[in-house]
Amino acid sequence: MSEIELRARNFLSVLRHCQHLQMTVEQADEQGLIIKLPYSDNIVGNPVTGVIHGGAITTLMDTCCGISTVCYLPEFEICPTLDLRIDYMHPAEPGKPIFGFAECYRVTPTVIFTRGVAYQDDRAEPIAHVVGTFMRMGKAVNPGSLKAHGDEEGA
Amino acid sequence: MSLSEEQVQDIISRSRETGDYGELVEAIPYAKMIGMQVKRMGNEAFFCLPSAQNNIGNPVLPALHGGVIAGFMEQSAMLHLMMFMNSEVFPKIIDFSVDYLRAGLYRDTYATCQVWRQGRRVGNVAITAWQTRSSEPIATARAHFKLD
Repeated sequence: MSEIELRARNFLSVLRHCQHLQMTVEQADEQGLIIKLPYSDNIVGNPVTGVIHGGAITTLMDTCCGISTVCYLPEFEICPTLDLRIDYMHPAEPGKPIFGFAECYRVTPTVIFTRGVAYQDDRAEPIAHVVGTFMRMGKAVNPGSLKAHGDEEGA
Repeated sequence: MSLSEEQVQDIISRSRETGDYGELVEAIPYAKMIGMQVKRMGNEAFFCLPSAQNNIGNPVLPALHGGVIAGFMEQSAMLHLMMFMNSEVFPKIIDFSVDYLRAGLYRDTYATCQVWRQGRRVGNVAITAWQTRSSEPIATARAHFKLD
């Protein structure tokens, strides 16, 4: 397993809500990150159609954009979300997992700009497009831990 | 556990009559999973997300996962629209944009919504989420929903 993939898996493994949703790292390299969100009856938003709630997709994409920073930074850093926008192309198909792909398209000393898509069968036919901006808080005190330098920012 | 459109319509009409939206929240699996609650007071609605271990993201602070805060705000906006418009279907999310202003700590979280525009087909809703006081929001968000 590559260093990047190891860091991405470690990061995801400590996020309790992500473990609750059974999210897993599918792929992590210099080109970005893919995380899988399995279908579950618990995360349905519309009990008539069985379509997954937008909130679960937001969680997938916030996590995916946030962790994608490890694909681009030389060392582990805490990067809380500044903002996130999701545009829904069409509803997810019930019963199938959703994949999140994210990449960083600009890294500055203070912020990181990320973008990505949520998809099911084909990344070229996304359920949703996402852009997210993340703060750089500097290197973590203990690599792999999530302790931030300041407690003011970040969700 | 899936419901028919008629069953959902019945739940919505009952909730409107009694002012108790607990049954509607219970019928939405995601809302039930994160544990959110609704309180209607006259023509105002307050949404609450009691602190719950499974909603934690960063375990060190500890802080709520940003995605849960966003999901809670999106669901609040959707319920707000259902409570105050005469539609008996679930509004469909078109887009959602959230700004995180402060860490969402492991505490109870509240949200209120403001419908800025309700057209025939699309509604625009602003959502504010806070923990200690409403003048210090942890996040603000804006969503568009398809209404027909």
